[in-house]
Amino acid sequence: MAIIELALRVNMQPAASLVVLVALNVASFPLPLVSSGFVDPVFLADVRALLPRIFELSELLVNRLGVVDVGAAFPHSVAYHPSCHSVRVLHLGDKPTRLLRAVHGLTLIDIPNKEQCCGFGGTFAVKNADVSGAMLAEKQANILATGAEVVTAVDNSCLMHIYGGLHRAGSKIRTLHLAEILASQERAQ
Amino acid sequence: MSIRVGKTSRAPDFPVAAKTALKNTQLRQNVHHATDVIRNKRALRVQETSDWQELRQAAHDIKNNTLAHLDHYLVEFERNCQNAGGTVHWARDADEANAIAIRLIQQYGGDEVIKVKTMTSDEVQMNVALKAAGITPHETDLADMIVQLGDDEPSHIVVPALHRNRFEIRDIFSRKMGLKNLTAEPEALAGAARQYLRERFLHVKIGISGANFAIAESGSVCVVESEGNGRMCVTLPDVLITLVGIEKIIPTFQDLEVFLQLLPRSATGERMNPYNSLWTGVHAGDGPQAFHVILLDNGRTKLMHSEMERETLDCIRCGACLNACPVYRETGGHAYGSIYSGPIGAILSPQLNSLEYSRSLPYASSLCGACYEVCPVKINIPEILIHLRGRVVRADQKTLSGTLSQMNLAMQGAALVFSSRRRYEAAQRLGRMGQMLFQRNGQLEHLPGMAGGWTRFRDLRPLPKQSFRDWWKARAAATPATESEARS
Repeated sequence: MAIIELALRVNMQPAASLVVLVALNVASFPLPLVSSGFVDPVFLADVRALLPRIFELSELLVNRLGVVDVGAAFPHSVAYHPSCHSVRVLHLGDKPTRLLRAVHGLTLIDIPNKEQCCGFGGTFAVKNADVSGAMLAEKQANILATGAEVVTAVDNSCLMHIYGGLHRAGSKIRTLHLAEILASQERAQ
Repeated sequence: MSIRVGKTSRAPDFPVAAKTALKNTQLRQNVHHATDVIRNKRALRVQETSDWQELRQAAHDIKNNTLAHLDHYLVEFERNCQNAGGTVHWARDADEANAIAIRLIQQYGGDEVIKVKTMTSDEVQMNVALKAAGITPHETDLADMIVQLGDDEPSHIVVPALHRNRFEIRDIFSRKMGLKNLTAEPEALAGAARQYLRERFLHVKIGISGANFAIAESGSVCVVESEGNGRMCVTLPDVLITLVGIEKIIPTFQDLEVFLQLLPRSATGERMNPYNSLWTGVHAGDGPQAFHVILLDNGRTKLMHSEMERETLDCIRCGACLNACPVYRETGGHAYGSIYSGPIGAILSPQLNSLEYSRSLPYASSLCGACYEVCPVKINIPEILIHLRGRVVRADQKTLSGTLSQMNLAMQGAALVFSSRRRYEAAQRLGRMGQMLFQRNGQLEHLPGMAGGWTRFRDLRPLPKQSFRDWWKARAAATPATESEARS
């Protein structure tokens, strides 16, 4: 847990007025730490003070700025993976999919059993590599079943994991972060 | 003290046991199918309630209050149970509980018992102790009976034979009951079980049950079930012995209102259990004429010193966390090396016993949070898992092999790197050079040591040539000052 504490120390500057996260693990971990007593209390107070100013990207766009259509264009079929911490810790709900639905030319496809973990879990992926691999295999099969060209999520670590499995299996499905799709200006040929 | 949780005193490491389970494709198919069915039913029954979150919170609060004053409620239960004609025994650990049960059975002159709905008796390995004392236990809950006849171990806390399909059950029944022509039709299997069990219900004079709830204000005991075999067990015998973990106490009859809504929906996706048996003491001419309660500690009081650890004891054994868990889904219950499996097992077993007993269990989770989401009493299992990991690490760091372990060195190294911007940026540059040794076709396909766990199943994209920080710096340098001024 010390790593997360230190990652926060380096990457979050208390002076920053707004912090937007594209890797959710950082956003979702401080709370358990608060009660676990692993972290220096002074530092924790800093983190707590910062928490109200931390936003996940889709949260910032939809809730804070009231934007759903960001003017992006991405003429592809996209499967959205609702990652564990986005669903069960940050409770993002349908914010990411509302943004995706508003992207010009994009077809959104649901992944079967979509809210099940992809099996990453940090060191879990190496400490329990076999179980993690089995979980990834199921997630991969469910993604392949959608026939989508692209799989996306708001959590980069899940995407790294899913990419690793898909690439190893020789799949051509691309993994892109939500931000990459929202920044896209690709028009249909 | 001889605290015991299940069969072994030391479970094999979870990753090792899981590897064996993962190879059993039949088991995995059975577990996938069964957990899918139960979790969909649960979701349906939870959705139709209007106050699910309030119910969860109420249950959490009742449990929290009860456990904070458990000494008071236990004594209240004892007093009211004895006033109603029952006898209460206190067992510090597994051996004491078994000794009390054996003494009672011998005192009433029996050499057979019928048993129902008592995971706790599996926890203390009561069947082993009974057999050693010349007493034959007959499990009467259908799934427990399948496990017993198959010389097996339970793999789920509500559906102990969840890892078996009906064809496997047909084979077990036909072998143990001598039924050569038995088919695998559910009706035929139920018929065979009914015949087998009825004979035992009618002639065995002593019953042993567990308890879902023990009510302090009345001294009553409650067992919920789906089959009616429990009802037989707690009403037909002359003598009833009920084994109760001390955390099963609730203060009042009214509190059942909350739990009897949460438990069946969470456990089996039913609005209510088909059989809710509640009894208080002894009544002349009606039911067992002798009633004994064994209140069991077996490590539970160790969890009382910390509010976070104590939350583990809120568990009402619904099994929803097992059905929701993507890890349990792949491995089934046996890999957890304890009768308590899945997420709740991963926090309960190491705490009841010693952490040394099952140090790999707190790591048997991706911390996805599905267990916490479905828990009807709001046990924050991921938080407790993290807490227990902390305890494992602290204990490890006191040993030389633990200090020099790859994981500890990697973590210490990472801490060093992450604690300074300069070191972090240096590590990125070093990583970009180092990874060239392992790169093939633009990918990292084989990494050494611990990281090899990753590349056994997945490729890794190498670090990009330019980091975000470098890009940001370069961008700032290239942007005319006017733009940033205009923005501010």
